[in-house]
Amino acid sequence: MSPRLLIHQAGPGVTVQDLGRPGYVALGLSRGGAADRLALAEGAALLGQAPSLAALEMAGMGGRFEVTQDTRIALTGAEMRASVDGAAIAWNASHLLPAGAQLIVGPAVQGVYGYLSVGGGVATDPQLGARAAHLVASLGDVLQPGQDLPLGDDASKAAAGLALPRDDRFSGGTVRFVPGPQTNLFAQADQERFQSIPFTRDTRGNRMGVRLIPESGGFESEAGLSVLSEIVVPGDIQITGDGTPFVLLAECQTTGGYPRIGSVLPSDLPRVVQAAPGTVLRFQMAGLEEGVTIERRAAEARRTLASRRTRLVRNPHDMRDLLAYQLISGVVSGDPQEEP
Amino acid sequence: MSDDRFPLLRSLGVDGYLVTFGAELSEPANRAALALHSAIERAGWDGVEESTTSLISTYLRFDALSVDHAMIRGQLQALLESQDWFAADLPEGRRLWRIPTVFGGDLCPQLDVAAELAGLSPEAAIAQIAATQVRVQTIGFAPGMPYLGELPDAWNIPRQTELTKSVPVGALAVAIRQLVLFPVTSTTGWRHIGQTAFRPFQPEAERPFVLNPGDEVLFEPVDRATYEAMRTSAPNGGATFEVLA
Repeated sequence: MSPRLLIHQAGPGVTVQDLGRPGYVALGLSRGGAADRLALAEGAALLGQAPSLAALEMAGMGGRFEVTQDTRIALTGAEMRASVDGAAIAWNASHLLPAGAQLIVGPAVQGVYGYLSVGGGVATDPQLGARAAHLVASLGDVLQPGQDLPLGDDASKAAAGLALPRDDRFSGGTVRFVPGPQTNLFAQADQERFQSIPFTRDTRGNRMGVRLIPESGGFESEAGLSVLSEIVVPGDIQITGDGTPFVLLAECQTTGGYPRIGSVLPSDLPRVVQAAPGTVLRFQMAGLEEGVTIERRAAEARRTLASRRTRLVRNPHDMRDLLAYQLISGVVSGDPQEEP
Repeated sequence: MSDDRFPLLRSLGVDGYLVTFGAELSEPANRAALALHSAIERAGWDGVEESTTSLISTYLRFDALSVDHAMIRGQLQALLESQDWFAADLPEGRRLWRIPTVFGGDLCPQLDVAAELAGLSPEAAIAQIAATQVRVQTIGFAPGMPYLGELPDAWNIPRQTELTKSVPVGALAVAIRQLVLFPVTSTTGWRHIGQTAFRPFQPEAERPFVLNPGDEVLFEPVDRATYEAMRTSAPNGGATFEVLA
């Protein structure tokens, strides 16, 4: 019998996610997929498997999980308090989860979306070519206590007990965007002001997009009020009727009637995705060529993630000892290694 | 059409191009967008990941990691210059759908206000919409959701400023000489004037996306009892189609 992941408890936003469904945008269905695709890639790198395999995305809060066979797992994305049978385990790391042990993933410490990847991937039946829940399209749904999910064969021989360095995308910062067809609907002065003031991530936000509150003054565009519904893509920075920006994310609609000042670079989107309410973000325009260079560099970094894996310092099977290690490292620096 | 700014080719995001065929909605610009989309799909250029249309524009997304912008831009430019897109044929295999619709009443309380904005009595409004064969100008916003037009000039009514919190699947709503038919429960700024038992998105079906750009639709008035019966027993909510020659 194939291994299963039992869901005993689940936060309100736990879904199965993968890289989504490209190819349906002409039919009104956006790609969707993991909100933070880098976290999915990190989980895959930790487990030495393909980034296309499905994982659990946990918005703000995890749950209590169990596997029916010993299974390698990886925890990536927004750091959440995690433990196995009561002993804390490291985040951004892979572990061997013994059959029957209780994995508890608590609330996010920093960031929004945490990911639980499993060796072999979550193997639910694909719908329209993917396993990702697309809530707006009523494809899949949030997971409920009592559900159990089939897991794929874990073909990889890679060990558990590996860690990846954490980057700083969970604490806001500067987000780069490229100009687009409607950038010039905004006055030059507003384009400049957009890049000079800080924005605070509003409480309103989900997999479709997040609202950002400008420190001062909105970005209304007179010309933008009469734009015809146009194609929108994840990353687009829509300026809504009240002048506040709304950054579109993986599960956005495929057309929109608000003017857009530009599009966030795909590799900077996780920084927006992982900004919890209250987090401060800034915007900086990049030229198209510069944008491509940044994306190529980011893709190379994703491809070579596995080479940056390190062994967890202590034996990951010795949970009590690991708990002590985690407490100490948390007090000293929070992150044992910073990405260059 | 005579505006020589169009077609206008511009980048959208770091990995896409948008070709715009006009400053406002027109039938030739819509036809041009649909035809260019078909041509891009047929061309099968390396690196193109997906393409789509909005009312008057065509978009393509490509793998900017492995293909240069200059390459895609050049191919698009050459394709644009290869024919008069405004005079292009409509997509092939188009269908004419007849979709039974309840207008007004408890199910869709905004018919009266929409009719008033259009300067029509509710009865005249229903008759005018029922008599207009509208075309699917694009599919977008939500999965399988058609934008249909154009309605007679009287229907150039604005979207409402307050959003309606929730309209159900199959809701028919109107604004700016267009109709939209909701595939999923949604908030909307359009006025809910009709209700159908038709589901434009059927994820469990062999053909999940029921309508295609270029299809034509007639919304045929039925009474509430007929609608209720079709909801539970008729395939496609009682909607039928024929292929247009």
